[in-house]
Amino acid sequence: MSLKTRVGRGILFVPGNPGTAYEEVMTMKMTMTQKILASHAGLDHVVPGQLIEAKLDLILGNDVTTPPAIDIFQKTCACGVFDRSKVALVPDHFTPNKDIKSAEHCKKIREFARDQKIENYFEVGDPKMGVEHVILPENGLVAPGDAIIGADSHTCTYGALGAFATGVGSTDLACAMATGQTWFRVPEAISFRLTGSFLPGVTGKDLILHIIGMIGVDGALYQSMEFSGPGVANLSMADRLTVCNMAIEAGGKNGIFPVDEQTIEYIKTFAPERYARGDYRIFEADEDAGYEKTIDIDLATVPLTVSFPHLPENTRVVGTFGEVKIDQVVIGSCTNGRLEDLRLAAEILSGQKVRKGVRCIILPGSQRVWKESLREGLLEIFADAGCIVSAPTCGPCLGGHMGILAEGERCVSTTNRNFVGRMGHPKSEVYLSGVPVAAASAVLGRIGAPSELSAEQ
Amino acid sequence: MNASGKVFKYGANVDTDVIIPARYLNTADPSELAKHCMEDIDATFVDRVSVGDIIVGGPNFGCGSSREHAPVAIKHSGISCVIAPSFARIFYRNAINMGLAILECAEAAEGIEDKDRVEVDFSTGVIHDLTNGKQFTAKPFPDFIRKIIEADGLVGYISGKIPECK
Repeated sequence: MSLKTRVGRGILFVPGNPGTAYEEVMTMKMTMTQKILASHAGLDHVVPGQLIEAKLDLILGNDVTTPPAIDIFQKTCACGVFDRSKVALVPDHFTPNKDIKSAEHCKKIREFARDQKIENYFEVGDPKMGVEHVILPENGLVAPGDAIIGADSHTCTYGALGAFATGVGSTDLACAMATGQTWFRVPEAISFRLTGSFLPGVTGKDLILHIIGMIGVDGALYQSMEFSGPGVANLSMADRLTVCNMAIEAGGKNGIFPVDEQTIEYIKTFAPERYARGDYRIFEADEDAGYEKTIDIDLATVPLTVSFPHLPENTRVVGTFGEVKIDQVVIGSCTNGRLEDLRLAAEILSGQKVRKGVRCIILPGSQRVWKESLREGLLEIFADAGCIVSAPTCGPCLGGHMGILAEGERCVSTTNRNFVGRMGHPKSEVYLSGVPVAAASAVLGRIGAPSELSAEQ
Repeated sequence: MNASGKVFKYGANVDTDVIIPARYLNTADPSELAKHCMEDIDATFVDRVSVGDIIVGGPNFGCGSSREHAPVAIKHSGISCVIAPSFARIFYRNAINMGLAILECAEAAEGIEDKDRVEVDFSTGVIHDLTNGKQFTAKPFPDFIRKIIEADGLVGYISGKIPECK
């Protein structure tokens, strides 16, 4: 019997290991990601490098990537999307539409969603609308053990819930909408073993920037970033979502956390129906899974971290560099636009004033976050401090709208990329940070720590 | 299939924001996108590029966003192939899926200089720098990827896998 037929209907291809014996394959230990992929490919085992075809639980597109995908979808001659409950279309990048061209794009998505009877289409103003990676978990569309692709690179966010999730392009989106499956190369993995807990004021954003600074923007290229260890319990779900969100900024295929009590509490709250039905699967990495390397991190040693222009790996520790004056602060995005983030910002900005000459733009990640921030009085704190609060949108993060930088301007931003021209003019600069540093910097008028606020007064 | 042209050489981590800035993503029209290709790191690229030319980049080429508009912009600017030591994974998928030729070859990325004239034989993976006479061989694609390429991209590849209309 050939290896291929014995292992199952996936295609077993092991580059560099053509002679791998059947027994050897079957006893290889698997990472959490590999187990989820195996289960969705109908296989007992997979090995790194193997190319598989996997069934998908959710397929996501946004207003940048879906319009071309609709044209490609039509070329596939599919009579409809494979499952209208498993496609999510989120207009969020240039919404509310910034110009005629982006309005035409959103109109195209709206009509496609209507024609295909897509259940998860999120119109501007819908109580469930917002930035894609904030709203999919919030609306119960992600659960442990899921396999998800999205035509957005930050789709890796959902690994926080113990799901496999990764970004793809428009052709992959179109073909997956038609067939409900896609191909993957089974990734190798890096293990990050976390111990301890953060010092006050340090967040998940500092952890992921710290890691990217350590391994570089291609440090996890094609690989999974699997987090484990006793420190995981000390990370909130918001922290985990932020960490997984930026796995792509280290080149990673996905980031993933083990499922624990906090994860279960999260799906009880946000995906009650799936929780009640038991419609989720907990996968655990084998203890001796073959990780490429293991990196131990004591969370207590993670400093307040900022990524200088123009790569997320250019990290510096707050307090170790000279004065960097700023023109703008952005707090929000799929990385840091959750309710926990806005609460942190409000805690720091309460009773403070944004420095004269600095614009502080706050973008709640979803309508739910916006409304809850209103209810908790956070929006009033922001307004009193001299911030502007926007509708939920990706907006300035990718230089779309709602806060574009002019030549020579500097912005401290809780977003995820600081590439040349990312937020506007090619000669503008973006400094990435967590929410506490961004909020404190808005008051200081330069990059600084929250602890400097009381010292200045 | 072969490619032949002059080289535009760039450094490491060429990201999708410089390949096609997001401010132009309110369109998906390939010829519109091509007008702004590489604009933020090489403002004269679109004026200098000719059909058949080749981009040589450093490691992690195409990092960043999932926007397929990036390989689309490169292809429609006239570029025939991109050579780099490694590609960011979404860019790699997108290029294969929409038919932009990419070659992984660290030696070529190192040995080829800006403005050199280069020939590529896609059937053998041989890259020949006509300016300095050096020859390199790119890493072959796995069979599975080759099947997608042979099917003229992913749409052709999945054509037999779509559920029948009811």
